[in-house]
Amino acid sequence: MVLALFLLTLEFVPSATAEYGDVVINNQSDKAGMRPPVFPHWFHRIRFRCKVCHADLGFKFQAGGNQINMLKIIDGEFCGACHNGEIAWSVENCDVCHSGKPGTPTQVHGSTVQKLLGAPAPKPDNAAAKPDTTSPKPDKKK
Amino acid sequence: MSGVILRIVCLLLFLSVGSAGAADKWLPLAKDGLHDPNNPGIHELQQPKDALSTLPEDTAGNLVSWVEALRKGVIVPRTNIMPDTKIQVLDLDLIYSKTGDSWYVRFPHKAHTEWLDCTNCHEKLFKTKFGATGIKMLDILSGHYCGQCHGAVAFPLTECRRCHSVNPDTFTGKIGPQPVGGKP
Repeated sequence: MVLALFLLTLEFVPSATAEYGDVVINNQSDKAGMRPPVFPHWFHRIRFRCKVCHADLGFKFQAGGNQINMLKIIDGEFCGACHNGEIAWSVENCDVCHSGKPGTPTQVHGSTVQKLLGAPAPKPDNAAAKPDTTSPKPDKKK
Repeated sequence: MSGVILRIVCLLLFLSVGSAGAADKWLPLAKDGLHDPNNPGIHELQQPKDALSTLPEDTAGNLVSWVEALRKGVIVPRTNIMPDTKIQVLDLDLIYSKTGDSWYVRFPHKAHTEWLDCTNCHEKLFKTKFGATGIKMLDILSGHYCGQCHGAVAFPLTECRRCHSVNPDTFTGKIGPQPVGGKP
């Protein structure tokens, strides 16, 4: 039975092969006509311990859960604490961070949850040009 | 109980599929499936292979032993940005015995606090009092507790023996906090 379940799961192995821990944040980018940013954990942890971002800067352990926007970054919050032209490149280098394929959903690439549930489906090609009307409406009864 | 174990075994078998093989480790960014190869900025980015191939090897995740890289001084990542941040490293191992049929878990605070701040885990994710949190493997596989990092950015959950490292048949010490300076 274990073998049967194992073989069954092979169908759902995700095909993308980016680095383990790469985070895509696409809360607003598609709607704004920008590529979504890809955050490479591997690159940053060579230079910073986890606690720098997750304690000093207050990043929650949740992809897409930090309500980051460019105004906050320019004001020195979140990524802007370093990406200010002093510690790391500044915000005018848009496409160095906004480097993901358009339509890529928010995710932690290669995560257990992603492997178990499958990679989130890409949005249609024209998603960037249209407002997102596919999100489920909140249930008022709850 | 056996049903739960069977589910966990199936999940771990599934997770072990698709782990990077030696041939395709550290793909170029333009071919990794996430980055847009048409983005002009992609040429400004460091390639994973250039950075990771020089670090101590591992067999899972980024194929890098991050703890070893830090301890050997191969990498020297910053500890803080805010000048007043207090840096605390705690050398305290915990041994958990409520692990079903699996080996006991040894949790090393040292390896964790070399990277993380106390507040990252306590008290929101884990209660400080030993044994008070009620951690279950299925919760971890769902991304809770240890699974917030292990299975996302720290070594993945296919590496059972790295946590379940204490053989209950030969362990003669006491469960819970271990004497300071124990096995790392």
